[in-house]
Amino acid sequence: MIYVILIIFLLLLMVGAAVYAVVQKDLLYAVIATGVISLVLTVMFYILQAPDVALTEAAIGVALTTIIFLITIRNTLRHEDEYYKNDKLKTPSK
Amino acid sequence: MRKFIVLLILAVLGYFMFDIFSGLHLGEPHFVNGVKDFYLSKTVSDLHVANTITSIVVNFRGFDTLGEVTVLFLAVSAMGSVLYKKRHEAGTRTVLFASSNIVRSGSKLLFPAIMLLGAYVFIHGHLSPGGGFQGGTIIATGFLLMLLAYRDFKVSHHILSYVESFAGIIFVVVGLFGFMGGGTFLQNFMPAGELNELFSGGVIGIIYVMVGFKVAAELTGLIYTILHEKD
Repeated sequence: MIYVILIIFLLLLMVGAAVYAVVQKDLLYAVIATGVISLVLTVMFYILQAPDVALTEAAIGVALTTIIFLITIRNTLRHEDEYYKNDKLKTPSK
Repeated sequence: MRKFIVLLILAVLGYFMFDIFSGLHLGEPHFVNGVKDFYLSKTVSDLHVANTITSIVVNFRGFDTLGEVTVLFLAVSAMGSVLYKKRHEAGTRTVLFASSNIVRSGSKLLFPAIMLLGAYVFIHGHLSPGGGFQGGTIIATGFLLMLLAYRDFKVSHHILSYVESFAGIIFVVVGLFGFMGGGTFLQNFMPAGELNELFSGGVIGIIYVMVGFKVAAELTGLIYTILHEKD
């Protein structure tokens, strides 16, 4: 019974984080939300007795993907609608 | 002369490929029914491998693993070729701000431990959960930590490419050794050993160590290239 409650809670957390990542205009928060999805997915894999996949998901999903997205945001724009507000960016450079 | 050698190698490979695939009888019902029971029973009785997933991934489906490693290599090399021209010199990147003393000291402490964990995971791939891919990504995470903490942390692309190439070559050579004694590609030709011992499972240990080195080198190179990209 406690496992069912735990799994339902984790699934709801995943869906909530996914919806938050789509709705959020600040891309930094959206990337952290996708990291939360991977973290919860790691716990889910471990509960479902797949520790191999859990290790992979922890290393790639939580660490590497999040960091790569963070670097991309730092090199480009942080807010989703910033591109259209900024007049300079509307004309293609060169 | 070189063309002749290439043709000769291709002919030998083609002969063995034809020999294997002509005796397979693809599409017959025994491909659908009994495979899972075969895997589960053979893993413990013949191979003496404690981790069933590892025995399937490396031994029964070793060719698929080679394909996965090749796909990862292609992705990383494509990314490197796109980003190669517009990267900073080593130690002069402006992507990230300087980190504090606490982060630097802490990551220096954590780095050897992460290396050890990654090496443990891919050396003990046939005994405990994990394997080459997992251990390689853990090691790449350690390098990522050092690259984030220290602005002038350098990783030699030459060493990375040599490690990556040699690991791939050894994987294929171990696979070719399976042809000895009339076997197939990636056939397990080494003695199986005792269950739950470190030296058990035949070629699984060698192949997973090589996969671990290959994945670690590829992902470290990927992170290094991205971190040194110009705006």
